Amino acid sequence: MDFLLQPLSLVTFFPLVGVLVLLFINSEAKTAIRWTAIGTALITFAISLWAFFFSGLYNPASGDLQLVAKYDWIMVSGWSIRYYLAADGLSVLLILLTTFLTPIALLSTWAAVQERVKDFMIFFLLLEVGMLGVFVAQDLFLFYIFWEFTLVPMYFLIGIWGGPNRLYAAVKFFLYTMAGSILMLLAILWLGINVGTFSVPDMIGKVPAAAQMLLFMAFTAAFAIKVPMWPLHSWLPDAHVEAPTAGSVILAGVLLKMGTYGFLRFNLPLFPEAAVKAAPVIAVLAVIGILYGAAVSYSQKDVKKLVAYSSVSHLGFVMLGMFALNSQGIAGAILQMINHGLSTGALFLLVGMIYEQTHTREIKVYGGLWKITPIFGTLMLIVALSSMGLPGLNGFVGEFTILLGAFGSAAYGSYWYAILSAIGVILAAIYILYMFQKMFLGPAGEITHHHELKDLNWREIITLLPLLVFIFWIGIYPAPFFNLIAPAIEKLLVPFQAILLAAH
Amino acid sequence: MTQLDFSTILPVAVLTAWACALLIVDLFIPRDRKGLTALLAAFGLALTLGISLTQVGRELSGFNGMVMLDGFSNFLCMLFLVTGLFGVAVAYGYNRRMQIERGEYYVIMLFSIVGMLLMSQAADLIIIFLALELLSIPLYVLAAFAYPKAESQEAGIKYFLLGAFSTGFVVYGIALIFGATGTTSIAKIIAEDVPAGAVDANLLAAGAGLVLVGLGFKVALVPFHMWTPDVYQGAPTSVTAFMAAGAKAAGFAALLRIFGLSVSPTAWALAPVLAVLAALTMIIGNLIAVAQTDIKRMLAYSSIAQAGYILMAFAPLNDERLRAVSVAAALFYLVAYTITSFGAWGVVMLLESAENKGLNIADYAGLGRKYPLLGTAMTIFMLSLTGLPPTLGLVGKLYLFRATVEGGLYWLAIVGVLTSLISAFYYLRVVVNMFMREGDPQIHREWWLEFTIGATAVITVVVSLVPAPLFNWAQQALIKLF
Repeated sequence: MDFLLQPLSLVTFFPLVGVLVLLFINSEAKTAIRWTAIGTALITFAISLWAFFFSGLYNPASGDLQLVAKYDWIMVSGWSIRYYLAADGLSVLLILLTTFLTPIALLSTWAAVQERVKDFMIFFLLLEVGMLGVFVAQDLFLFYIFWEFTLVPMYFLIGIWGGPNRLYAAVKFFLYTMAGSILMLLAILWLGINVGTFSVPDMIGKVPAAAQMLLFMAFTAAFAIKVPMWPLHSWLPDAHVEAPTAGSVILAGVLLKMGTYGFLRFNLPLFPEAAVKAAPVIAVLAVIGILYGAAVSYSQKDVKKLVAYSSVSHLGFVMLGMFALNSQGIAGAILQMINHGLSTGALFLLVGMIYEQTHTREIKVYGGLWKITPIFGTLMLIVALSSMGLPGLNGFVGEFTILLGAFGSAAYGSYWYAILSAIGVILAAIYILYMFQKMFLGPAGEITHHHELKDLNWREIITLLPLLVFIFWIGIYPAPFFNLIAPAIEKLLVPFQAILLAAH
Repeated sequence: MTQLDFSTILPVAVLTAWACALLIVDLFIPRDRKGLTALLAAFGLALTLGISLTQVGRELSGFNGMVMLDGFSNFLCMLFLVTGLFGVAVAYGYNRRMQIERGEYYVIMLFSIVGMLLMSQAADLIIIFLALELLSIPLYVLAAFAYPKAESQEAGIKYFLLGAFSTGFVVYGIALIFGATGTTSIAKIIAEDVPAGAVDANLLAAGAGLVLVGLGFKVALVPFHMWTPDVYQGAPTSVTAFMAAGAKAAGFAALLRIFGLSVSPTAWALAPVLAVLAALTMIIGNLIAVAQTDIKRMLAYSSIAQAGYILMAFAPLNDERLRAVSVAAALFYLVAYTITSFGAWGVVMLLESAENKGLNIADYAGLGRKYPLLGTAMTIFMLSLTGLPPTLGLVGKLYLFRATVEGGLYWLAIVGVLTSLISAFYYLRVVVNMFMREGDPQIHREWWLEFTIGATAVITVVVSLVPAPLFNWAQQALIKLF
């Protein structure tokens, strides 16, 4: 059982301890259940902080995989499948984002989830295990197990605690995601058989160039649906709108990042030649996603849908930065993943908080909210500005770096991608400010008028506060975050310099 | 009969003797204490299982090479005996509840298992025919076991007629093979076939094709699957559970013996046919399952589809490098399927009431909420049948897909994964009903049935996390024909 005592194993599987404890708590003892779940999530967060910053086992200046836990698992008849966990600069922030957002999301359910609290918490902690597993697994087989496993708890979270149309959304979410990942499964099998190992680091540089394009496409099928890239995004608004608030937070904050992370961890290092060839195509889809997502956001009547479609736009930026295949682009992409997790997570939390009171998300019935609920309005303004990329807040740093990367990208060979996506930044300002204006300024709307609206309580403020700290921190002083990811990016980019030089 | 012959068929002999004795003993067991018969039947199965365990690693050939004991037969014997044990466990309470509790049930079942054991040991086409009859005829009787009930009688008759028909194919095929090669011994047939032009290849291929059709009926391959939904639905569910696992595995045992490790060029020539059959079975089975509202029919179509997945393992058999891996993959998946399907049928039995109530998928509404453990177990079975983690079904499917990918049959692998996606749709529907809809399902608490469900659920998850020993074991279960 040595393998369970490795730092990353502890981080990944600690939520299971909480699940075990929860099983023995009476399902009527809701407060105890909530504290147990939140406590578990907080301890997991603490363990992850310890593992990366205080244990002395992780050296942030190195670009190599660290905190390695590598054990033989299934070694029969030509298979070589390992229990192989490790982290580097590409994943460290995402692991921390996951452990950081989970307790916040759980705290937000305090009042919102009253039905079957115990089941909710169990599924949520199981989901955390799956997500963390995805970010730490370095063996493709192990990765696939975690990847598919995240579907199951999320499916239940949407299907049981979701909105009125939840069954449709849950099944659509499940089938859409599974459709992509089964093609990836075949590619994984092909790699495992033909390269002779399932361990990703051992595979790098060994995938024959002739096979790369098909494999790249198979992996892309899985990840592009998850991100989601235009035109595979149609599951996202349904899932987001129907999911309970905490589910939306995690869905936007972490689950979508599994897709972008997948590109980063597998598509780029394993199939570099194919990645260079595909970069312009991905960029076109990313730019369409940026503009389309922004335009559709603007036309939404439902505020949660607006936030959901804005994700399509934001993740378009992430993809654009990543496939620029230079250090600025990728660094921006990783940071933007985190930013999107923080800002959109906070937006979903805020939307959920008002929805709990009014039970409607229609933009037009609100109006003049700022006067009645000033704290809520202020926080919403900060988060909204962060989401649209105001300088001084986190969104700006990410988007700006991405645009810089896309501008100078040798893989794209054209600055038009960057120019067109810059229009997306303007569009973001339009739809975000439009939403803010309709809901918070102007004369009191129908709901604002008739409802006795309460401002945020201390619990809600505490839920949001940690997010706001990071929104400002990254916006004002992003260097520590870039320093964490930079060495790994340099290492990742080594093969690309030669390929890009040869291409031009 | 020499001592060697006897030790070759020791499990078969012991179980046969036990079944005959039980038939007589049962006469003296009072009508209201038939649990004793069940217990004795289980004891006999456990005893035989013990004997099989002592035979691990032995290789014997008896009756002039007609019957053999090898790793393959040993592996399958144990699978059949475990199937039998589960079969007894789920039948005991269910049969009493459905008022079809009669002692001969267990005896007939034992005879059917004897047929399965013999099937796994058969090295001669005549023995395959004998074993096929020995395992099928008791199943015809069992299918009609609830005999005043029209559906059950219909199931029995249908199964009997189509079964007899398919046996006819097998016999005719055997006759043609005999005509081409002058022997019924599988080893000799292959030896005759290997030098090019030594036998009439067309005649041999026709014979092999007919045998394939006959066995295809048994394991419910499309287009020989028509009987399956009606029989699975009409038969008492305890019988269905046993039949779905045991009869299918036995049919595959024969298919593997004949086509599996065969080095005969004729068998190679049939490999593409098997691949097409596998694809058809997966597509049709899964597509029709989507339209079902009755859980027994849905699981029946699902079992058809599962047969298609197992048949995928046969497609790359003409590639010598892959043979061992493919056969091992098929055996592994048979175990996964047996365990999972028993669990799923167990849940069906727990909900089923007299007069066919509780069999609609809508009747599962609210199950997960009212009985969380039962709902979790059923979810595990559904995930396993779909092939999702953390279950045995995923590992089994990976092994099967691996065989096809390594054999270069990408189109078949793609059909396999796409049909898995279709299957997710109808398996999920059960989960949706259990956890996401309101309802007040009634279950019947029966200790042995619940034990079976619990045990299969735990095995499904735990073995998926440490699958290597089982796979190693399956891989050592190679067929030794020479």
